[in-house]
Amino acid sequence: MEKLIIAGKEFESRLFLGTGKFNSNQLMEEAILASGTEMVTVAMKRIELDNKEDDMLKHIIHPHIQLLPNTSGVRTAEEAVFAAQMAREAFGTNWLKLEIHPDPRYLLPDSTETLKATEELVKLGFVVLPYCQADPTLCKRLEEAGAATVMPLAAPIGTNKGLQTRDFLRIIIEQSNVPVVVDAGIGAPSHAAEAMEMGAAACLVNTAIAVAGNPVEMAVAFKEAVIAGRRAYEAGLGIQADNLVASASSPLTSFLNE
Amino acid sequence: MFSDELEKISWEETTKAIYSKTEADVIRALGKSRCDVDDFMALISPAAEKFLEPMARLSKKYTEERFGRTMSMFIPLYITNSCTNSCVYCGFHISNPMARTILTPEEIENEYKAIKKLGPFENLLIVTGENPAKAGVPYIAKALDLAKPYFSNLKIEVMPLKTEEYAELVHHGLNGVICFQETYNKARYNVYHPRGMKSKFEWRVNGFDRMGQAGVHSIGMGVLIGLEDWRTDVTMMAYHLRYLQKHYWKTKYSVNFPRMRPAENEGFQPNVIMSDKELAQVTFAMRIFDHDVDISYSTREPANIRDHMASLGVTTMSAESKTEPGGYYTYPQALEQFHVSDERTAVEIEKALKALGREPVWKDWDASFDHVAQSHATAATAR
Repeated sequence: MEKLIIAGKEFESRLFLGTGKFNSNQLMEEAILASGTEMVTVAMKRIELDNKEDDMLKHIIHPHIQLLPNTSGVRTAEEAVFAAQMAREAFGTNWLKLEIHPDPRYLLPDSTETLKATEELVKLGFVVLPYCQADPTLCKRLEEAGAATVMPLAAPIGTNKGLQTRDFLRIIIEQSNVPVVVDAGIGAPSHAAEAMEMGAAACLVNTAIAVAGNPVEMAVAFKEAVIAGRRAYEAGLGIQADNLVASASSPLTSFLNE
Repeated sequence: MFSDELEKISWEETTKAIYSKTEADVIRALGKSRCDVDDFMALISPAAEKFLEPMARLSKKYTEERFGRTMSMFIPLYITNSCTNSCVYCGFHISNPMARTILTPEEIENEYKAIKKLGPFENLLIVTGENPAKAGVPYIAKALDLAKPYFSNLKIEVMPLKTEEYAELVHHGLNGVICFQETYNKARYNVYHPRGMKSKFEWRVNGFDRMGQAGVHSIGMGVLIGLEDWRTDVTMMAYHLRYLQKHYWKTKYSVNFPRMRPAENEGFQPNVIMSDKELAQVTFAMRIFDHDVDISYSTREPANIRDHMASLGVTTMSAESKTEPGGYYTYPQALEQFHVSDERTAVEIEKALKALGREPVWKDWDASFDHVAQSHATAATAR
């Protein structure tokens, strides 16, 4: 499998994990380790920033894992930039998952504020991974603003509904010059495999693992699904559609035989 | 710049890969909703020859999905045949002891008026040779200025320019640029283009990046069929198209497959001949590879091929073209650059297209949009 490269850093694993909704930090850590992930996002609002012994953080930090603080909770670009600077200070990393969702019900990202914040944060030297709508034009604009990846949603966050934005994800993947990480809405390993088969660079999964009957087993299932999907993509998928209906005559091309 | 990308793609390996494609590769490509360049190679390979009918069906389907049953119409105007290049296949090459014409502003305007009498043309393609000293950017700008009252969409097919020159022409109402790479075979390029600015392969191949950077709305590409193995050349063009689409995503693209015919002129004879079947195959393949790209057939192609292909993938056509400077009014007898096969009038072609169930579209742009384009071009140059 090809290695994933983001902002010059190589990753073996193409599965990113979120850390919300687990019923214990211990279980979360086990799931993280079982998943093989090398990129874990954590909401800075969950961490006691001045407590080096923060329990959640202790269960996330491992040498092979890139910590990806996220700005969940902010509602504007201005708040996001402030939060990002706090995160850089507290976590010692300039990597950032940018999340701006002013709407507390569906947590849908605000496209205008996300673009504005990305422009600003790139100037400030952050490696910005913006969570965004599955909007191909927005993704191109984010790329032009210097985003290290784009992270379009597959479905509303936490719904486990799978690739509802499939057609738009396809366009985004086709057009993008930065890795496309499918984020939010992936509810089953088959969804992740499908995204990877389409050519997504990685998937970010949280709820589907955190609330599974056995989160650790589910983390393994996602690990395997992401690998299977990526392998299939790299191997080249076989025939999918019925474009080859047999036809005895050649009504469209007989003029070429005249 | 695309030349860096092209360095990574071996001409020989690509040729080998195309000719090793199997029927299974073709079937796989036909089964995909989005093809990559590797699939495109299968579709233009000899292995795909027996799949022409399903390819035609798919090409027709995708074309109608994106373009409906329309055909965009344009007309070319050669304003000069003065040229400092020595392309071995071209009637305008510098050593050809022919009379050279650079139309005056008055003559250009007379041509515009004459064109408007042929049909309701709104899409104009202004063509020149390469002689920057005598017919450079200011001359082209003047031709654009003069065209504005007559046409709503202006394209040029001229020598590759600098980014800022393209941007300047956008200020003069330029909407699109057509430039043929002729061949992507760098090792053989200078066999055909031994002298003059056109002998500089990188300058030409990177011209498309410069058009993109200048914010040109529409970019037309093409390889001259008859120089090198056309399969490899159109594959390179497919790579180039994908590259441009990824980098200059606000631009619209068109492709051409101009075929040289044997004995087209007395000098150079084509090294390879593309048959009608092969032209159809590459057209279907391009549409299956890219559902949105504009596929353009000029009057180089005979009427029967143009008519049949009009519903199978082609989306733009010229009509009643003269390929000599001033050919519509001023100098109807000057030497043409290449021979026109489809000699029907615009009115006849319109009638034929309608009989085939196609709607000829003459106007698909309005000059009032150009103010916006011009401010974008200014921003691009400022960057």
